[in-house]
Amino acid sequence: MSQNRPKTLLKTPLKVVNVGLDGFSDDLARQKVPVVRVQWSPPAGGKPDLARLLSKLGA
Amino acid sequence: MSVIVNQVRSGLYLDSVALMRLSREIAALDGIEEAGLMMGTPANKDILRDAKTLDATGESAAAGDLVLAVRAATRAAADFALATANTRLDQPKQSAVDASTWRPRSLRAAVASAPDASLALISTPGDYAASEARKALALGLNVMIFSDNVPLDEEVALKQEAREKGLLVMGPDCGTAIIAGAPLAFANKVPRGRIGIVGASGTGIQEVSCLIARLGDGVSHAIGVGGRDLKAEVGGLSTLQAIDLLDEDDDTDHIVLISKPPAASVVEKIATRIGESRKSFTVCFIGATHVPLHGDARLATTLKSAAELATGKRLQTRAASLADGVARGKSVRGLYSGGTLCAEAQVLFRDAGVAACSNVPIPGVRRATPQDHGHVLIDLGDDEFTRGRPHPMIEPSVRDQPLREALADPSVGVILIDIVLGFGGHIDPAGHLAALLKDRVEKGPLVIGSVTGVEDDPQPLSAQTRKLEEAGVIVAPSNADAVALALRAVTS
Amino acid sequence: MSDIPARIEAANAETLRRMLAADPVLVDVVPAHVALPRLADRMILHSGPPIAWERMCGPMRGAIAGVAVFEGWAKTLDEAEAMAAAGAFRFEPNHHHDCVGPMTGMTTVSQPLLVVENRAFGVRAFCAINEGLGKVMRFGGNDAEVLDRLRWIRDVLGPGLGAALRDLGGVPLKPLIARGLSMGDEMHQRNIACSSLLLRLLAPALARKVSDRAALAAILDFIGRNDQFFLNVAMAMGKSISMPAEGVEGSSIVTVMCRNGTDFGVRLSGVGEEWFVAPVEMPQGLYFPGYSAADANPDMGDSAIVEVVGLGGFAMGAAPAVVGFIGAGPASRAADFTRSMGEITIGQNPEWTIPSMDYAGVPTGIDVRLVVDTGVQPMINTGIAHRKPGVGQVGAGVVKAPLACFEKALVGFAKRMGVS
Repeated sequence: MSQNRPKTLLKTPLKVVNVGLDGFSDDLARQKVPVVRVQWSPPAGGKPDLARLLSKLGA
Repeated sequence: MSVIVNQVRSGLYLDSVALMRLSREIAALDGIEEAGLMMGTPANKDILRDAKTLDATGESAAAGDLVLAVRAATRAAADFALATANTRLDQPKQSAVDASTWRPRSLRAAVASAPDASLALISTPGDYAASEARKALALGLNVMIFSDNVPLDEEVALKQEAREKGLLVMGPDCGTAIIAGAPLAFANKVPRGRIGIVGASGTGIQEVSCLIARLGDGVSHAIGVGGRDLKAEVGGLSTLQAIDLLDEDDDTDHIVLISKPPAASVVEKIATRIGESRKSFTVCFIGATHVPLHGDARLATTLKSAAELATGKRLQTRAASLADGVARGKSVRGLYSGGTLCAEAQVLFRDAGVAACSNVPIPGVRRATPQDHGHVLIDLGDDEFTRGRPHPMIEPSVRDQPLREALADPSVGVILIDIVLGFGGHIDPAGHLAALLKDRVEKGPLVIGSVTGVEDDPQPLSAQTRKLEEAGVIVAPSNADAVALALRAVTS
Repeated sequence: MSDIPARIEAANAETLRRMLAADPVLVDVVPAHVALPRLADRMILHSGPPIAWERMCGPMRGAIAGVAVFEGWAKTLDEAEAMAAAGAFRFEPNHHHDCVGPMTGMTTVSQPLLVVENRAFGVRAFCAINEGLGKVMRFGGNDAEVLDRLRWIRDVLGPGLGAALRDLGGVPLKPLIARGLSMGDEMHQRNIACSSLLLRLLAPALARKVSDRAALAAILDFIGRNDQFFLNVAMAMGKSISMPAEGVEGSSIVTVMCRNGTDFGVRLSGVGEEWFVAPVEMPQGLYFPGYSAADANPDMGDSAIVEVVGLGGFAMGAAPAVVGFIGAGPASRAADFTRSMGEITIGQNPEWTIPSMDYAGVPTGIDVRLVVDTGVQPMINTGIAHRKPGVGQVGAGVVKAPLACFEKALVGFAKRMGVS
């Protein structure tokens, strides 16, 4: 996984990655706040056994 | 004396346009006189030779080889330029995504497409929120977790991990934040100003920030920390970090802290931190009247007084004309969408010495039972009303049934309501309420309320207020004023 | 426990490094019995994971019958089928022999094989020569025309190409692919640029080495008429790049994807020789006039090896024309396919870039963890074969690698890592 340098919240221009409710993205876009919309779905198709393996394997 | 340094990379074919662009970047580096990155064809080598950038290494390149040629003032400058060029050649390229409908499926891909992203706003189902937050932290992002139902130990672990990385976790169950004027999730479009807010309560931040705006000031940043941050188990991890951030922030002069009364151990930590700051503070641990504070800090018991102390101004209260005696002796039914507004109402009842009960009682207030017919202040955002349904700030119809019951209840003299505007919320909560009030009987209960919002919200404050007033609602300038009116109506 | 993710990251970085460090060169064409020491008489190598005769699809059976007649093991197709059913032939996957084959992927002793040598690692990978379009064995064709062409390839084209390549000292493929990408090829459904570039390099050497003018003309004509001639070269190249990336302990990177018309098979770098198999999916695409999805055979071939190294569906951004050809939406969205594949890969190939995507490198190194996590299935560009043997290609499309393969592979990988 690519390691980015941590970004101090108030000293970096705000750019949001929205994970979940799409309405929040729309509100931000209307405010001209740059936003990247993740088309989120439960990891591993919501299969708990696979999700548990993935968390141990570090996906 | 200039030095010429060449490097040849075999089998690396790049389009000449890409190479020309990179050549110009390399030529612009300090100490570089000339630079050329070209495929080693005879014609290209002629060009490099004429530019006095080709040495024996470059001369030996074949047509399929990439020649990196620089002429520099010093060997060190040349080496640095070649290293830079190699880094640029090998690094993954960003491609513009503007024209595309592609949407990343993962945080990892989102950050790869937008490496300058600074914050992840997470509103997945609670079961997944912690793992998404952990990914965001690993990718170097600050996190706002709107989701609730995240286990407490996960919250602590995430906040500790964030602090080690110099990142901030807002939430879980963080409904509101305003960063540099940008409302996140449920927040109002308040003007920018020099007051910073740190809040464990979403509607608390909304009410205080809107009252600050109404008092003519503005907000630098409002940082939500989640409802459990000041519990002993979490120990105020995010609150302390947020204070650090605002303390260092040049746009912030004064800091307002909003929370339910914290654990005693946490109060001590917060008070000490405030004592170390050069900035002034207003602390509102809703309802807490005895809080040992250090430094330049004043205590506010209500959200309204927090806004007034922070701005140094008093909210103009229009004397509402209440016909004497219409509700005397009857009871108040509070039907709140904002949990902290409900808590503020309880504080004002308690401090006025009027017994009330609530489904989410503050210390000193009795828990409501279904049989209660006295003053009942209900938080409609509590689980019993929202299980499987949207929050009343999103879907105001959650209030419909309790409102009809209260309107028909002869023992009720005043119905106390809140209307919370802003991003994330319902587009016309006042209109929804007004429609319900259209059919109410004359001589029914008074409806008194306030609107948490500003003019620039998606639902403009003035239009929402007008709809309420036209429906016969007595609209006070703040929730605290609405509660005061209600108390006056039933007691005087 | 907690260092497992770090170990995997390090192993995957090594796997990707090996893929990116490859130096594939097309060096020769040699008969299969020379190229593949373990290829015995009456042994038939096929595409995809291991499969028995009983479970083989129609085109695969048709090709087997045809190749048995071609090799002289049977006199008629009927006899060949009866022999196959009676167990007279031994079937093994191409991938067990450092070999790959398109569609049915028939490899037998007397066929000439393209040889790609990965000079950075000293390994060689092999693939049969592309037969052209229409009625061909890779689509299950097996009539006299098909077999005659195979004989000509064996007797004229193969030796001629081999001589030319030896004369040239080999053709380095990495720069050729880089140019092909900038000319609109993705090396799976579109190989026009690379086929032309290769012919341009080969022609003088062929002229020097093939003395029979009629034979020379036939060879030039055969290559020049086949837009997909380069596909088999790209496949051997893909295999030569992925071979050194196999066997990196702790690596969750995919080193093989292939299908046999019945099953889709996946192998991982860190899980040795094990196949992770699931039923293959039907391709989605466009059909030639007169054909429809009802005629289509399930997906087939070892050609997905090009996707394993970042080409084909992964490089769709370079080849907008392919998007239209395979019916995958508007050509202007070509880059979206590549971006999407970026979600399941751990890096980009800086030497294979896509101009229209601001020179982004093709996404490389499929991480099984990312596939399962995101549910994004590797996208493979493919030809569509008629379900009846001998009819040939009826369309082209995309097929998604079945998620079940990757879920099984993840479980197998976790077991290997001692995680349950």
